[in-house]
Amino acid sequence: MAEKRPKILKVENLSKNFGGVQALRGVSLNLRAGEILGLIGPNGAGKTTLINIVSGVVREDAGTIFFEEHLLNELSPWQRAALGLARTFQHIQIFAGLTVLENVMCGAHRLRKTGFWETFLRLPRAVAEEDECRRQALSILSELGLADKANLPAENLPYGEQKKVVIARALASRPRAILLDEPAGGLNEKETEELGEIILRLREKGLAILLVEHDLNLVMRICERVVVLNQGEVIAEGPPCEIQNDPRVLEAYLGK
Amino acid sequence: MSSGLKRDRRILAGLATAIGMIPFLINNPYYLTVLNLSALNILTVCGLTLLIGYAGQISLGHAGFWALGAYGSALLSLKTGLNPWLTTALALGFTLAVSAGMGFTVLRLKGNYLVMATLAFNLAVYFFLVEAEELTGGPPGLPGIPPYTLGSLAFVTDLAAYYLIWPVVLITLFLTFNLVHSGEGRALRALASGEIAAACLGINPRRYKVLAFVLSAAYASLAGSLYAHYFSFISPKTFDIFFSVELVAMCLFGGKGSLWGAVLGAGLLTPLPHFLSIFDEYRDLIYGGLLMGVLIFFPDGLSGLMRKLYGRKAP
Amino acid sequence: MSESSLFLQFLFSGLTAGAIYALVALGFCVVENSLRIVNFAQGDFLTLGGFFMTTFLLSLKIPWPLAALCSILAVGLCGYLLERIALRSAKTHDPLTLIFITIGASIFIRGLIKLFWGKNPRIFPPLITGEPIRLLGASLTRESLLILAVGFFCVTILHLFYRVSRSGKALRAVAYSPRAAALIGLPVGFLNSVSFFLAGALGAVAGLLIVPVTGVSFDTGVILGLKGYAASVLGGYGSFPGAIAGGLLLGVMEALVAGFISSGFRDVFAFALLFCVLAIKPSGLFGTHEEERV
Repeated sequence: MAEKRPKILKVENLSKNFGGVQALRGVSLNLRAGEILGLIGPNGAGKTTLINIVSGVVREDAGTIFFEEHLLNELSPWQRAALGLARTFQHIQIFAGLTVLENVMCGAHRLRKTGFWETFLRLPRAVAEEDECRRQALSILSELGLADKANLPAENLPYGEQKKVVIARALASRPRAILLDEPAGGLNEKETEELGEIILRLREKGLAILLVEHDLNLVMRICERVVVLNQGEVIAEGPPCEIQNDPRVLEAYLGK
Repeated sequence: MSSGLKRDRRILAGLATAIGMIPFLINNPYYLTVLNLSALNILTVCGLTLLIGYAGQISLGHAGFWALGAYGSALLSLKTGLNPWLTTALALGFTLAVSAGMGFTVLRLKGNYLVMATLAFNLAVYFFLVEAEELTGGPPGLPGIPPYTLGSLAFVTDLAAYYLIWPVVLITLFLTFNLVHSGEGRALRALASGEIAAACLGINPRRYKVLAFVLSAAYASLAGSLYAHYFSFISPKTFDIFFSVELVAMCLFGGKGSLWGAVLGAGLLTPLPHFLSIFDEYRDLIYGGLLMGVLIFFPDGLSGLMRKLYGRKAP
Repeated sequence: MSESSLFLQFLFSGLTAGAIYALVALGFCVVENSLRIVNFAQGDFLTLGGFFMTTFLLSLKIPWPLAALCSILAVGLCGYLLERIALRSAKTHDPLTLIFITIGASIFIRGLIKLFWGKNPRIFPPLITGEPIRLLGASLTRESLLILAVGFFCVTILHLFYRVSRSGKALRAVAYSPRAAALIGLPVGFLNSVSFFLAGALGAVAGLLIVPVTGVSFDTGVILGLKGYAASVLGGYGSFPGAIAGGLLLGVMEALVAGFISSGFRDVFAFALLFCVLAIKPSGLFGTHEEERV
């Protein structure tokens, strides 16, 4: 059963205070290999803060984070990413000035084995690695239907496609877990539908996905498990069908 | 091979051919001197483009690294009698150590504080050269620096120096193009575009900032050594902060987004003051006005303008 | 002279130089507090102030208070024109490019000065005269007193202007977020021009004070501009109390190093110390650390 799958990301008792505002208080959650875990909650519930802390962009006040067997607390964002923990951003953060293909190739950074001298002198190993990197990036792009846009400046793409490019970029690092911060935000219905398909395909490849999302339809449709945050606390956890009918969740969203 | 690298290599080959032929068309030594100076500036600005355009960091202190290369190599060869090739390498090693040390402390700074720290470095080096007269010869300068030699050939004349300096610069450009068209170059540009997003892809911001800084310092040091052994005379005046400012001006004038910007910026702005000396009275007016004008109307510099005109995407 | 009065003497001369640095630093601050760039033409405003004064005072024989006012307004106008013509036409928001536009402007202004006033240094008589004041064995000239007084007057006025007055608050809003400021209907462009006018006027004031002491030539402002920049970074870039503290500290530090160690190594020490301060406290003495937003 699902519970037999190993926990890939373990967050325990995470707390964060922003100048008097308690953004997270003692939040614990687990992400298992190959599952899609939805993280929902009203605005200001602490969802993005959680992702920022797990990816190392923001430092926690208390609590521990384990990714596989590694304790993440003391690691910088780049070290966490290098372990195979990828993320996307709510505000896209595409690399302007780089093409779509180059953006995606940046994602493969952690897989690079050649260093400065090999690339500077362009030794055969560097050439081979570069070609392989390009091939992989192109195949990810064509999987997401963006192959024909590969050589365009990334910042010129429409919003919806930029959102796909950053997912492609995160995938290029061949992560074992990925944190998606509102990937459907700003997308239209058709694009959201497509995004759902993409996320489901990722799970089939064995990727663990933490999905922070406001679009509850999407969450209910593709997630196996949902965690609900409200005012920095976990108020409910379980399969989508239970969550939908949980009075505490309804209260958090709609008020008493 | 990426199309960008292929294209850049083609243009570079064309440039190398043209450079190789120029001395057959021009034999005025003064013009050759100016061309040699342009080459040294291209080398330095090429490094600065990596730092400013690619890694998104600022330095107004690179004349200080020129000074380390020039005085380091000159003093070593004068005091110990070592071969200038060897002293150039030693000065380069020294600059690498200094810039790496600086990189780790100073690149934590942002914006104005980084500008000021690099300026302060340049000023401290400059005033040291002026004041430590017993070692450096002080303001009058350091004469009698031995030239590079290859067997019985000494690179003393402008023409000989031309065929030494330009190949070094072109080879460095060739290698730098390799770098910017690789994962390393992409990581640098990603860093300049968004540090946090880059870090979340496993790109270590500190490593790449320091790499660009050290590399740009190394290019400047190499240019400084070549300069010292070519002119056989150096004085602190050459390495003041105005030279640092001029170098960054060349970088922006040519366009910091591309290595070709370095070639254009340094290649055009180096001869300009020499050319403008015939309008002595108006020299500063024209230079300042031109710099302002280009940056106001073409903020991506000349290479940005050319990219627009030809609708091509430069690296 | 005893050791302690010698110390006091160095302190006085350091404070006087420091007050000039502080005035230049204030010019940098004013621009930082609206346009958020470094205006490297700030030092040249000082030079312009000095030259305008020589013309008004010596060539046109205008009485000095009026000549001073005219010089201040004239340089203020130059600042205004720099923002209005050059910076506002720039097709970019990249700070480095904007900064180098001001560097271009600085070279351009020096070219203009050479054209109009020539390359020879000029000087005009001190605005106030009188016996130096003796204090514990050290002497303080009236001019130094004036410089210090004007320095403190300017910072007080500016501080009040930015903290209390509506226009000052508007300027700070522009610095904080130009877009938001424009959305709530603030005339962002005009306010930026105003801050450049102020920067020019402050530069002129510094020029009026320093020229009787040192004279003025076309490149006087270069090194003073640099010292003013260093002072404002030392104090925490953009902070008014920081500019004053940084300026005075830099001036005193230089004077003490020059007096007790070696006048030649003065600048090495000054900038090496600045380097160390930045390494330990990356945002200067009074600077606020800004966390980057994700």
